Amino acid sequence: MSVVRGYLVPHRPQPLLAPHLNPGYTDLRRAMEQVAAEIAALDVDLLLLYSTRWVSILGHQVQADPNPVWTHVDEEFHELGTIPYSFRMDPEFAEAYAQAARARGLHCRTVATHGFPIDTGTIMALSLLNPGNRLPASVVSCNMYADRAETLVLGKAAGDALKATGKRAVAVSITALSNRMFTEIIDPAQDRISSAKDDEWNRKLLEFLGEGRLEDVSQLARSFTSQANADSKCKAIWWLASLMGQHNRYEGEVLSYQPLYGTGAAVVRLVPSLKAAKDQEFDEDDTEFFHGDRGVLQSATPSAGAYASAPAEAAPVTPVAPVASRSPVAPVTPVAPAAPAAAPPASSVKVNTAQAPKPVGAYPHARREGEWLFLSGVGPRQPGTDAIPGGPVWDADGKPLPYDVEAQTRAVIKNVQVILEASGATLKDIVDCQVYLIDMRRDFPTFNKVYAELLGPSGATRTTVEVRALPTPIAVELKVVARLKA
Amino acid sequence: MSNQPGEIVAGVLAPHPPHLIYAENPPQNEPRSEGGWEELRWGYERLRERLDKLDYDVILVHTPHWKTVVGTHLLGLPHFASKSVDPIFPNLFRYTYDLQVDVPLSEAIAAEGEREGLVMKMMRNPNFRVDYGTITACHLVNPRWDKPIVVLSSNRAYFYYSNEVGDATMLALGRATARAIAQSGKRALLVATNSLSHRHFTVEPDPPEDMSHEHIYNMNQHLWDMRMLKLMREGKTRQLVAELPDFNEHAVSECSDGSLTWLLGALDLPSYPARVHAYGTVIGTGNAIVEWPHAEANAKAAKRADAEVAP
Repeated sequence: MSVVRGYLVPHRPQPLLAPHLNPGYTDLRRAMEQVAAEIAALDVDLLLLYSTRWVSILGHQVQADPNPVWTHVDEEFHELGTIPYSFRMDPEFAEAYAQAARARGLHCRTVATHGFPIDTGTIMALSLLNPGNRLPASVVSCNMYADRAETLVLGKAAGDALKATGKRAVAVSITALSNRMFTEIIDPAQDRISSAKDDEWNRKLLEFLGEGRLEDVSQLARSFTSQANADSKCKAIWWLASLMGQHNRYEGEVLSYQPLYGTGAAVVRLVPSLKAAKDQEFDEDDTEFFHGDRGVLQSATPSAGAYASAPAEAAPVTPVAPVASRSPVAPVTPVAPAAPAAAPPASSVKVNTAQAPKPVGAYPHARREGEWLFLSGVGPRQPGTDAIPGGPVWDADGKPLPYDVEAQTRAVIKNVQVILEASGATLKDIVDCQVYLIDMRRDFPTFNKVYAELLGPSGATRTTVEVRALPTPIAVELKVVARLKA
Repeated sequence: MSNQPGEIVAGVLAPHPPHLIYAENPPQNEPRSEGGWEELRWGYERLRERLDKLDYDVILVHTPHWKTVVGTHLLGLPHFASKSVDPIFPNLFRYTYDLQVDVPLSEAIAAEGEREGLVMKMMRNPNFRVDYGTITACHLVNPRWDKPIVVLSSNRAYFYYSNEVGDATMLALGRATARAIAQSGKRALLVATNSLSHRHFTVEPDPPEDMSHEHIYNMNQHLWDMRMLKLMREGKTRQLVAELPDFNEHAVSECSDGSLTWLLGALDLPSYPARVHAYGTVIGTGNAIVEWPHAEANAKAAKRADAEVAP
């Protein structure tokens, strides 16, 4: 396990600068110092932080200055004093994190600028949780426009980076719970949660977290946001859940819960466990790759010079939305299913369809080159839900699961059919098929039977190979070449 | 300074995209560029030519990038110097500043604000880093940095309560500001440093000054921006304030940080036409440089009144 445990900590500076002003601030300080002692006893390489106080607009940013040094003053609570800091960051991991995020479709870059304004939340967390800079740290920003999908992918990219670098980390989400501050100057000794409703919601979330039900809290985020003015839509919870694992198998403990100028502030520990306090059916979608608002720099017309690809002159073909900011593609037309084409076009066109599962990388479902149609690798995932008919082949921790290869094969071929039809072709137009199985001995006979039933009539040539793994937990993938009829 | 009552000589809407300073390559800013966003930069040139002809003592800035929940804060020490780094665009803006603050006027505004029932707070920590919105706007309006400034934070009332509450709060702050200026005997330039529509692109071209990518985020934002500019040019600021809640909501406007409403409140919701020096987009947001020639308009109005009573 790359993330050995996770913590939630607050971000307002009272526990660091003025714990004496309120017993609650003192208690938060005590809990954060307890966390520091726990982390010091762990065999880990990295502190990995997400702070809701570091707001970004251009995708996400990862701090990569190896030694940021500055003297910080909080913009709201400047009267509490000054925080000089000198932190130890891990620039190599920051680069790995940014790369992993980009590989999942996110816009992400590192920052390593002297004087970059590190946020109060990060400063407080690193000051109290990592005294003496015992561990190197890595901090990622909170994009102001990001919603659940983008934040989940950001968390998964952190996991990718940990795997790529072989590092073990403690994950820290820096966030308030309810985030309704008092708007007048208060006596800190009289601090309290600003409303009973916020307090009730905070306690409900903390009850779940105390039971280790991290994914339950992640699923509740939208309700919590609307009911209790959650800090940044609960993105810090989404990030932590997607990084640690979207399930409830944790040992949880609430180390402190106190008001911080009316907001809910908590210190929570989550340790991965084999046993779930409660298994639930989760309603919110999961996502592996970000397909969001990243094409906005592209021209809206196909005649915009170097950034336009060939116009999609055939009605059934919908140009794919650009994935990377500088990819040479053009119109940002919503992807939609389409009817078969009457005749093949002469030019090169990318094809995407909402009726097939989203690609897991920066590629279209298919690419048409004249009369030839090349499909990207197609698996059995279901469009919209990413559910895998016949079940996934392993769980979130890589533990093998039983699965039904027949159901998966039928789903694969159905997805191939959908993409072909969106491109103006049919299963009968396939001329060559490459097949990837993860367990040839177990799955080939069943696969072969279904293939003969559904694709045998095409008469396509075929090559079948065994591979160690596929990008998602599936057992079979097809790579197809078809020829469009004149 | 005379014993005459103080006066607002002009109010300006002066947006603060760091891109405009990046494009200009001033010595205070570390990154270098090949230009870009010329329409807005030329608009600032026109504004500066106008302001150079005015006689004023102090610049008051209401900035969206010093965000405070507990009331409105004002810089409360006479001198600040440091480096400002934009947390969103650190690749564009790393600016070394050295500025003077008119503390007595700041304190007077705080006192008047409290009389309006507002929560006011002076910022007296010498290590405080002045926000990049203020630095950018001050440079664009007065690159010589030869006037003291007053800086007011952006209270979050719009986000904690509603657009309507936010506007009411900012109008009250504007009234308090105007009274404090009048009592000070100083001639003041007011700077509201916010964009109009404010939905950004979330990707950046390489290089950032590649203008082939620059355009408004969507047509809705453009139409709303033009609507607001039309009202400004026609002197219909009461109507504008009435429509601001819808504008904030529909066009993700940065007016929800309160700067423009504060300015219009201080100018007592002017009915004379504003002068639009430029409109342009920066990474998808709509930005206008607009001047309310307050002293000039008041002088004209006084002249007309004199003419009417003359025999």
